Amino acid sequence: MRINCPFCGERGNDEFSYLGDASVVRPDASAPDAADAFYAFAYERRNVAGPTQELWYHSAGCHAWLVVTRDTRTHEISDVKPAQDIALERQNSASTTP
Amino acid sequence: MTQSQTFRVSGLGLVDRTKSLDFTFDGVPYTGYAGDTLASALLANGIRLVGRSFKYHRPRGILTAGSEEPNALVELRSGARREPNTRATVAELYEGLEAKSQNRFPSLSFDLLSVNGLLSPVFSAGFYYKTFMWPAAFWEKLYEPIIRRAAGLGSAAIEPDPDLYDKANAFCDVLVIGSGPAGLMAALSAARAGAKVIVVDESFAMGGRLLSDVRSIDGKSGVDWANAVVAELAASPRVRLMPRTTIFGAYDSGTFGAVERVADHVAVPAAGEPRQRLWHIVAKHTIVAQGSTERPIVFGNNDRPGVMLASAVRSYINRFGVAPGQTAVVFSNNDDAANTIDDLIRAGMTVAALVDTRPILPPAIKSKARKHGIRVFEGAAVADAIGGQRVSGARIVAAYGTAQTISCDLIAASGGFNPNVQVTTHLGGRSQWQENLAAFVPGTLPKWMAVAGAANGSFSTSSCLIDGARTGAEAAAACGFAAAVATVPSTDDELTEVSAFWHVEAAKHKAFVDQQNDVTAADIRLAEREGFRSVEHLKRYTTLGMATDQGKTSNVNGLAMMAELTNKSIPATGATSARPPYTPVSLGVLAGEHREKHFKPTRLTPSHDWAKERGAVFVETGMWLRAQYFPKSGERDWLETVNREVKTVRSGVGVCDVSTLGKIEVHGTDAGKFLDRVYINMMSTLGVGKARYGMMLREDGVAMDDGTAARFADDRYFITTTTANAIKVLQHLELCRQWHWPDLDVQLFPVSDQWAQYSVAGPRARDLLAKIVDAPFDISNAAFPYMACAEITALGGIKARIYRLSFSGELAYEIAVPARYGDLLIRRLMSEGEEFGAIPYGTEALGVMRIEKGHVAGAELNGTTTAADLGLGKMASTKKDFVGRVLAQRPGLVDPDRPRLIGFKPIDTAVRLRGGAHFIGKDEEPTAQNDQGYMTSVAYSPMLGHWVGLGLLARSEARMGEILKAVDPVRGESTLVQVVPAAFYDVEGARLRV
Repeated sequence: MRINCPFCGERGNDEFSYLGDASVVRPDASAPDAADAFYAFAYERRNVAGPTQELWYHSAGCHAWLVVTRDTRTHEISDVKPAQDIALERQNSASTTP
Repeated sequence: MTQSQTFRVSGLGLVDRTKSLDFTFDGVPYTGYAGDTLASALLANGIRLVGRSFKYHRPRGILTAGSEEPNALVELRSGARREPNTRATVAELYEGLEAKSQNRFPSLSFDLLSVNGLLSPVFSAGFYYKTFMWPAAFWEKLYEPIIRRAAGLGSAAIEPDPDLYDKANAFCDVLVIGSGPAGLMAALSAARAGAKVIVVDESFAMGGRLLSDVRSIDGKSGVDWANAVVAELAASPRVRLMPRTTIFGAYDSGTFGAVERVADHVAVPAAGEPRQRLWHIVAKHTIVAQGSTERPIVFGNNDRPGVMLASAVRSYINRFGVAPGQTAVVFSNNDDAANTIDDLIRAGMTVAALVDTRPILPPAIKSKARKHGIRVFEGAAVADAIGGQRVSGARIVAAYGTAQTISCDLIAASGGFNPNVQVTTHLGGRSQWQENLAAFVPGTLPKWMAVAGAANGSFSTSSCLIDGARTGAEAAAACGFAAAVATVPSTDDELTEVSAFWHVEAAKHKAFVDQQNDVTAADIRLAEREGFRSVEHLKRYTTLGMATDQGKTSNVNGLAMMAELTNKSIPATGATSARPPYTPVSLGVLAGEHREKHFKPTRLTPSHDWAKERGAVFVETGMWLRAQYFPKSGERDWLETVNREVKTVRSGVGVCDVSTLGKIEVHGTDAGKFLDRVYINMMSTLGVGKARYGMMLREDGVAMDDGTAARFADDRYFITTTTANAIKVLQHLELCRQWHWPDLDVQLFPVSDQWAQYSVAGPRARDLLAKIVDAPFDISNAAFPYMACAEITALGGIKARIYRLSFSGELAYEIAVPARYGDLLIRRLMSEGEEFGAIPYGTEALGVMRIEKGHVAGAELNGTTTAADLGLGKMASTKKDFVGRVLAQRPGLVDPDRPRLIGFKPIDTAVRLRGGAHFIGKDEEPTAQNDQGYMTSVAYSPMLGHWVGLGLLARSEARMGEILKAVDPVRGESTLVQVVPAAFYDVEGARLRV
C-alpha cells in the first residue's frame, strides 16, 4: 500500500505506523459523563466496510500524524490530510457553534 | 564417459550448440547446451523417469515445459546449497549442474515404497483423519515417522546458506508481466508513447510462446519478431527488461513483489554477487500478460513418464531442439493441439494417431492428418496410458465403446488452456467462467491493472498482439502520455476452438487430477460421496491444488469434475483464486541481508569503544549494546564484579553510560501546559533550573513510561524516557500535540542520539565533577541542590548539561555533552577520577542499586500496572486533566485487591530469590487459584548481604511482615520470603541530598 504524505510525497506503507479510527475524538474530562465517554473513546470502534478515516503516523519520515481516508474493502486511499489541520478545523467549528 | 544427446534434433531449437555444458543426474554425467533447461537436457539424453510421486511413489516424468510443472522436481546442487523441489522445467542448465531425483528408495528405477500404490485404499483422500485416529499414542511414535519417511519430497540443506541475497526497489509508469506476443506488444506500445516501462519474464529468454510455437508475424518468424522488439526495448533508456524475474504477488496501490534469479544459472555466484534479488516494484499501471497454462486431461495412468502436455511437446521441439519421444499419439479436445502434428513430424517423429474428444473435427485439421497418414479418432479418448516406467502405448476408446491399443512412447495431451489469472486474484478479484473458452478469465480488476492476450482468454497470436497494442497505449495514456495505438503486425489465421472435456470415464487405471499431491479422480468422487463438495472443502479434504504448484494444472479439472458429480455448473461450484506467491519463493531472498546480526541495527553508545578497551561485558537491551559490567582480573564471576561496582559507587564514585535514554526537547509557550496534560504530575509549576520525576499513562489508565522533565527556560523543557520506550513516547506525544491539542504552541524534537549522557554517582561524585565542569559554574550543594539542572560548559568550553538526578540513591549527577564528545568525556571522567578511585559501572550494578532503592523499571512498567500499583498514585495531580486520568479511576483499576509493588527478602538469607516466582500463602498449595502475585525484580544486595526482591502482591501494604512462599515452578524451587517495604537501603533518602 502507498500513502501520499502531504509533506513527503507518496511512500510505501512500511514508513508509516497505523493507529486507528480518526472519527473518535478525545472527550472533555470535566463533563459529567466523562467516564463513559472516555471508555467509548478508548475501546469502542465501528467495524466499517467502506471508506473510513484513520490515523497514520509517518514514523520513518516527517513524524506527522495523518488522517487517511481508506476503503477497507479495497484498501483504496482517496484522501490524505495532516491530522493537525483537521483537528484545528474541528476545534474552530466547535467554538463557533452557538 | 558422457552419453550423447540422441534425442537432439539437428536444425531445430534455439539452444547454442557451440556451447556444450556438462551436468550430472543421480551421479551420471550427461551433456546439454547453453539455452537448455535441466528438463530439456534430460529429454535430449533420453531420460524420461525423473522422480517418484509424493504419496504412491509412482514413476514420474516431465509433464510441462514451464513453472506449472507438478512432477519433475529435483534436488539441485549439494551441501549448503542443496535446493529441494526445484522444477527441472525452469532450472536453467549450467556447467557442472548437479541434480538428484527425489523421494526414491533405494533408487529411482527400483523403489520399494511404490508398494504404497497397492495400499492406496489406505492413502486415499482424508486418510490422515480416518486411518490413524486410534490409539492416539501411536500417532507420534508410529504413524507419523512412517508417513514422513514414505511421503514427502526433497530435503533442505542443513548448513547455513552461504549465498548473498539482495533487496531493491523499482518504480515505473507501466509494468508489463510476461514477454510473449501480448506483453512485448504492450511494452512496445507504452514505451513508444514515452512511458517508463518495466518488462518482467520468469524465463531467461524473452518471447514467451513465440519461442515454442511456430508463428509468422509481419512475414518474419515469431522468434525473429520477438528478438527485434526486445532489441528495440533494450535500446530505450525508458525501458528496463527483467528476464529470470517472477512477479510472485500483487499488492495494494500497484505494488508488486518479484524475485530476480540473478545467479541461479551458475554453479556459484561471483564474489559479492547476490544469488537472488527481491524486488519491490511500484507501478502506476500494470499489464498482466502471463499467458495461459495448458490443462491436462484426466485419464488412466496419465502420470506415466511419456505423457506430456501438447504445448510442452512443442516447446521441447521448437525451443530446445529435442524430440521428446519417437512415436506420438496426440490427444485433445481443441484445435490448438493439432499444431503439434507439424512439429512432431518436423522433429522426425512418427504420429501414430490424433485422438479428439469432439465428434467432428474441423476439415483443415482432418486434411492435415490425412496428408501425413495419421489415423484420426473423432469422438474418442485415450482411456489409459500403457506402460510402467515409460509409456509404451495408448488404449483408445472410441465413441461407440470399442477399445484398441496403439503403440507409442509419447502421449501429447491437451484439455484446453487456463488463462494465468493468479495475479489478478491476489487483491480479492474473482475469476469468471467463460463457457465458450471452457476456462476462467480475469474478473473485476483494480483500476490500475489490465490483462492482455492469452491471460485474458485471447488465445490467437493476432488477438494477443491486438490486446497488447491496445492495453499498452491505454496504460501509457493513464499515466499521462498521449499515445496512438501502435500498428498491429499481421499474423496467420489460427483455429482456437475448444470443447469442454475433463475426465475419461472409461479409464481402468488410476487417473490423476493433481499429480504433485497424488490426488486421483477416485479421491474427488470420494470427497463428493462424503459431503466435501464445496471447493474449499474439496481442496482441504483431498489436498487438491495445495502442493507447491498451487494446482496450476489441476484446480480447474478438479472443480469441473466436482461440478459434474454434483450436477451443478462450474460457476455455481466455485472459482479459482490464488494467493501469493505465484511460484515458490525462497526464505533466503525474503530475508535478504536481514539475517543474523543484520536483522536489526545494533546501536552503540558513545562510550562503546572505550568500554571495549576496558574489557566490558556487553548486553543487548533492545537495539542497544550496553556495558553490563566491567570485570577486573582475578574476579571469579559476574556477581563478584557487580558487588564490587555497587560497593565502590556507594563508598566512592562510579560512572555509567546512560546515553540510551530517550531524550526529547519540548519547546513553545505552551510547553508546560502540554506536559501537564501528558504527565500525571504538574510540570508547569517546575521552576527554571529544576528537574522533576514524572510518569505518563496510556489513555486506558495503565502506566506507559517514566522519566524526568528538566526546565531550562520558561518555554524550553527537556524530558527523558526509558530506553525501550523512546520511539513510542515520541509518537504518543506527537499524537497529543497534533491531534488532541493542535492549538497549543509546542514543538517536539527527538534528541536521543544527539547527547552522550553519563551518570556520575557516589559520595565523591561532586569532587570528580568539580574537575570536569568549567568555572564559574558552582557545583556546591547550596548552589546546585538535589533535582537542579543547568546548561553549562565542561572540559574547557564544550557545551554541556548537568542534572542532579539519582537513580542509585547516592549523591549523583547526570552530565551530558554532544555525542561526538562522549568518548572524550568518559576518558576524562576516568582519568580525573583516578584520585577518588572512580570506576565505571554497568547496567547490572545500575539495576542492583535501583532495586535496593525500590525504583521501578521495565519489569514493573510492564503494560499491566497503574501508577497506584507502583506506589506512585499520590503523584497524580487532582487539579488537571491528563492522559489516562479518567480511565485510571475505573473500579477495576482502583480495586484495593490489585497486586501492588512491595519488597521481599528471603527468610533464609543464604537463599537466592528468583524473578518471576509466584507468591502463594505459606500453607497453601501452589495452584493458579492460590496465586497472589509475582516477583518482578531480584538482585543480590552487597550492602545487605542477601538477595532482595520487588514484586506485585495483592493487598500488599496491609501485609507487612507476612511470610509467603515464592514458588518458581520453572526451576522447581519454593522459597519462604517476608513482605518488607519496597526500599532496602537508605530508606530516608539522606544520601542523595548531601
